[in-house]
Amino acid sequence: MIVVKDLRKYFGDVKAVDGVTFEARDGEITGLLGPNGAGKTTTLRMLYSLLPPDSGEISIDGLDPTRDAMEIKRTLGVVPDGRGLYNRLTARENIRYYGDLHGIPRPEMESRIAELVETLEMDDFIERRCEGFSQGQRVKVAIARAMIHKPQTVLLDEPSNGLDVMSTRALRHYIRSLKASGHSVVLSTHIMQEVAALCDRIVIIAKGKVAADGTAEELLERSGAESIEDAFVRLIGSEEGLLM
Amino acid sequence: MRGLMTVLRKESTENIRDRRAMFNSLLLGPILFPLMFIGIVWFTTMAEQERAESTLEIPVVGAEHAPSLVRFLEQQGVIVKPAPADPEAQVRSQEEMVVIRIPEDFGEHWNAGKPAPVEVIADPSRQESGVSIRRTHALLAGYGQQIGMLRLQLRGIAPDLTTAILIRDVDLSTAKSRAILAMIFLPYVLMITAFTGGIHLALDTTAGEKERRSLEPLLINPVPRWQIMTGKLLTTTIFAMAALALTMISFKLVLPLMPVGAFGVDLSITLTSMLKILFVISPVAILAASLLTVLASFAKTYREAQSYSGLVIMIPLIPSIIFMTNPVKPEAWMMSIPLFSQNMLIGEIIRGETVPLQWYGLSFGSTLVIGLVLAVIAATLYNRPRLIFSGS
Repeated sequence: MIVVKDLRKYFGDVKAVDGVTFEARDGEITGLLGPNGAGKTTTLRMLYSLLPPDSGEISIDGLDPTRDAMEIKRTLGVVPDGRGLYNRLTARENIRYYGDLHGIPRPEMESRIAELVETLEMDDFIERRCEGFSQGQRVKVAIARAMIHKPQTVLLDEPSNGLDVMSTRALRHYIRSLKASGHSVVLSTHIMQEVAALCDRIVIIAKGKVAADGTAEELLERSGAESIEDAFVRLIGSEEGLLM
Repeated sequence: MRGLMTVLRKESTENIRDRRAMFNSLLLGPILFPLMFIGIVWFTTMAEQERAESTLEIPVVGAEHAPSLVRFLEQQGVIVKPAPADPEAQVRSQEEMVVIRIPEDFGEHWNAGKPAPVEVIADPSRQESGVSIRRTHALLAGYGQQIGMLRLQLRGIAPDLTTAILIRDVDLSTAKSRAILAMIFLPYVLMITAFTGGIHLALDTTAGEKERRSLEPLLINPVPRWQIMTGKLLTTTIFAMAALALTMISFKLVLPLMPVGAFGVDLSITLTSMLKILFVISPVAILAASLLTVLASFAKTYREAQSYSGLVIMIPLIPSIIFMTNPVKPEAWMMSIPLFSQNMLIGEIIRGETVPLQWYGLSFGSTLVIGLVLAVIAATLYNRPRLIFSGS
């Protein structure tokens, strides 16, 4: 459960995040939807304690990222926009590295990796070095790496970036399974279909502010539009940076 | 410390798998430097020897003014060549290294018993003519002395009277301390290796990681940043030390192949000296790793970091060059200057001198302290949230 209240972060004159408020409940998928540069990534970075907010409040299962950074990092699973795998390590070694950093004992880690390999269908490449992996394979390793410590809250920044249709389908399937097992999932995206297909709640962010917030139906109702896409355009007031 | 060890293990594995980097840092330096050293020494020794032993060929202008001098030169094995039209031009254009000119008034002075002038036309700024100039001077001086003595004897004076003082050199330099002349190269090479040995890792694990965008996910792990940074720093130091050890070993293997006869010097390094040298240089590896990490944290990409590091490589050269051109007697206070003290201590160890223990302590301690200060600066830079975004 994430509660964000009036979050602000300025970089000099640039108001990257300028008063963002939303909630992400357990067992739900919350989508941060917005054009490029709307402040989605900055918001996520403040959630996973990489950036200190200028003002505002964040609470993740009762923890504050600025005060309980180490605790927060143990309860979060994060797949940032930059997947950043180590090409000279195998997929398994990449995952193990993060497991070791979390201090997970080896026997427990190996059984956990076995589970992830099965759910994410990674048998073909788990022992291969990441050099030359496809985007789909990279995302899978990045997700497995982020999930190795069984985090309650999962943050995904543009998870389907660069994925083909099949990989996107597999990814959505996996994200739904996280929801089903009671995780709180937050994903940021600028792709309309993604939120429409996945998210229980949608937070539309534009120019650092929350333009609208609610379920898909609520948003349609509020904007009086026919489709999510039209609702989006009306709610943010422009078509700028929008990907269909 | 769990995080630190994990990072250390991972960075080592990754670096060992990077064949090109391993080859560059661990093999190329340790093979190339000793070979370069041998090559330079071999070449200069051979060239000197050749010039010292070769037959002198000197054109003599005005040979007719001093036929007995010319005869003397020929007796000494000099090939006297006919006079060129413009001797200065010949020397300037490097056709000849040395030309002797005997002026017309030679005979006049000679007969009057005054010093008779002989000109040696040469360009001493051309290093290769040095040996020929010295040999020509020695020959002419020898002739002058011989005639001088004959003159004194003719007048019934013992020539010894003119030698008021007899200088005797008592040479205390041992074979080992003379070796320093040749071995001045080693501290120089070791200093560079302390920097270059870890340079790839220092840049790759920081600027490189930023560029590949793996730094952000790494920092989301519940490990304090200083541990991640220290793990990277330690890996860099370990690999730099390995490069240093390999360089030492390869020098030890290569030294017996040197043309020692030419120097008459003992060029061996004992195992104890090797270990001492490694100990002395080890804090430099830490200093270098920290300095490079600090620099790399300002860079967005590996390439950018590399361009900064080009300047850093100059740093270890400064004391070596100063020491080479302006040797000073080592004193205790100098041991507190990083890089300088290592240069001096390595020199002393190679000379086989006994070095006071506190010198080792002072040199090791002062360099380590500065290395650690830099490491703390690097850690502080790692704690800035901006570190990650300066790349994206």
